[in-house]
Amino acid sequence: MPDPVIRTQGLTRDFKQVRAVDDLDIEVAPGTVFGFLGPNGSGKTTTIRMLLGLLEPTRGRAQVLGFDTRTQSGEIRQRSGALLEHPGLYERFSAEDNLGFFARIWRLPAAERRARIRELLEHFGLWERRKENTAKWSRGMKQKLAVARALLHHPTLIFLDEPTAGLDPVAATALRDELATLAAREGVTVFLTTHNLSEAERLCGRVAVIREGKLLAVGHPDELRATGAQKAEISGGGFTEEVLARLRARPEVAAAQLENGKLSIELRSHAQLAPLVSLLVTAGAQIEEVRKGKASLEEVFLTLMEEEVE
Amino acid sequence: MIPDILTMLWKEWNEIFLQRGTLRGGVLSSLVIPILLLGVFLPWQGGPAWVTSAAVPVTWMWLPLFLVATMISDSFAGERERKTLEALLASRLSDRAILFGKIASAVTYGWGLTLASLALGLVTVNLLHGRGRLLMYPANTAALIVAMSLLGSALAASAGVLVSLRAATVRQAQQTLSIALLVVFFGLMFGVRALPAEWKVRLAEEFAGSNLVRTEVIAGAVLALLDAALVRAAMARFQRARLILD
Repeated sequence: MPDPVIRTQGLTRDFKQVRAVDDLDIEVAPGTVFGFLGPNGSGKTTTIRMLLGLLEPTRGRAQVLGFDTRTQSGEIRQRSGALLEHPGLYERFSAEDNLGFFARIWRLPAAERRARIRELLEHFGLWERRKENTAKWSRGMKQKLAVARALLHHPTLIFLDEPTAGLDPVAATALRDELATLAAREGVTVFLTTHNLSEAERLCGRVAVIREGKLLAVGHPDELRATGAQKAEISGGGFTEEVLARLRARPEVAAAQLENGKLSIELRSHAQLAPLVSLLVTAGAQIEEVRKGKASLEEVFLTLMEEEVE
Repeated sequence: MIPDILTMLWKEWNEIFLQRGTLRGGVLSSLVIPILLLGVFLPWQGGPAWVTSAAVPVTWMWLPLFLVATMISDSFAGERERKTLEALLASRLSDRAILFGKIASAVTYGWGLTLASLALGLVTVNLLHGRGRLLMYPANTAALIVAMSLLGSALAASAGVLVSLRAATVRQAQQTLSIALLVVFFGLMFGVRALPAEWKVRLAEEFAGSNLVRTEVIAGAVLALLDAALVRAAMARFQRARLILD
């Protein structure tokens, strides 16, 4: 397995009495889109700031692109791009000058600078409006320009902090599509924080869920869905109250009820369905069809949040 | 680091000239009007005294301080207010490149505008009041103005950056800096007035005759030391984590 682009070990950050990030251990493989999920205030932005070397951890350590975030943060920022909490555009400047400034920062030669700016603005559909002052642009356009800015210097890694936050559904979908295309085309590793679960499901090869700074789960979205509550729908007959009571008594069953003559069962994490079907048959029920479905990432996320609250 | 400072300079100058919304408006208000005022109107009103008066060097020393103070407050407080600071801090630019780029842009603005006004003022005075003779600053005075206006610009820029690093808003930075400048200005003025008569005489002697050069060198050295101390303080205050959390 290639060396991870990001590796954190016991990464912790306190702000006075508040622990924003708590003993975080994650690894991000190169060339992947890694989703960092959590509700507002869960420590996502603080984690990005630590990974970029903008904030020092209180405890633990992190390596990004092989560099230590405490001692080699300049090397990390040299090789990565970032769209942080705000687009951070110079609104007195035109779109072209905004990118021009950052292209100068990354010392792109003049010819390459012009070509790259054109390439990115065309990709995001902003080329025709390149001379416009960005102050009056919509939030969606600003976000696109900020993403273009993050990609300008062909970084190995980009950090995107809630890139679709505040966008209308159409703009969010468009930006998501463009991000997916770009990530694949440029072979860049993406560290994406979001609380939009469908976005994470769609874009990310691997996701981590945090709450109050603590890592709750990490894995491929499918793996996480498999750990969440699963559902089964059973068609047939003989689903008497006695049968349902025996079913509900099983520890792996979270809920069981009849809906339009069909038996609907909600299973707890990692539960097997076959023993339950066997129990139903033994109890006298007639089984015609069994349909098993995985929980959505959103359901897994909500379950994880509730478990923590409990 | 020099190319990075130049990049910052490019950005800062563009921001100065685009602050009125258009390049034309910005150049007019930040460059043309001050130069016309200081290089044409005031010399025209002042007449030959604009060149010959003993108070001239003092005027040219104070001027860049106020010119720089008007724009330097925006340096970090403005970035913070407009939410562009974090993106800048997340870039590859080093702390020193960002800091020195901000200071350099303010110094070049204040000093450049002073020198341009000084040169234009000479032309104006000679055209309107010369009457066939060349009105010119004595070499010593000219050197003093050039050196002191540079040191004065650097003083205002480094003090302004330090204030702007700490201020939450541009307005707060402007207020703090204005108060500081007024305290220094009036402090010096009333301080000198309050001196005993014999001290005043000695002070006047220091600014006259053969003592003048020595006094100028000492004053320049003190200003340079003050500049260096303020830049050092700004470097110590410039911490990415602190700037983000502020």
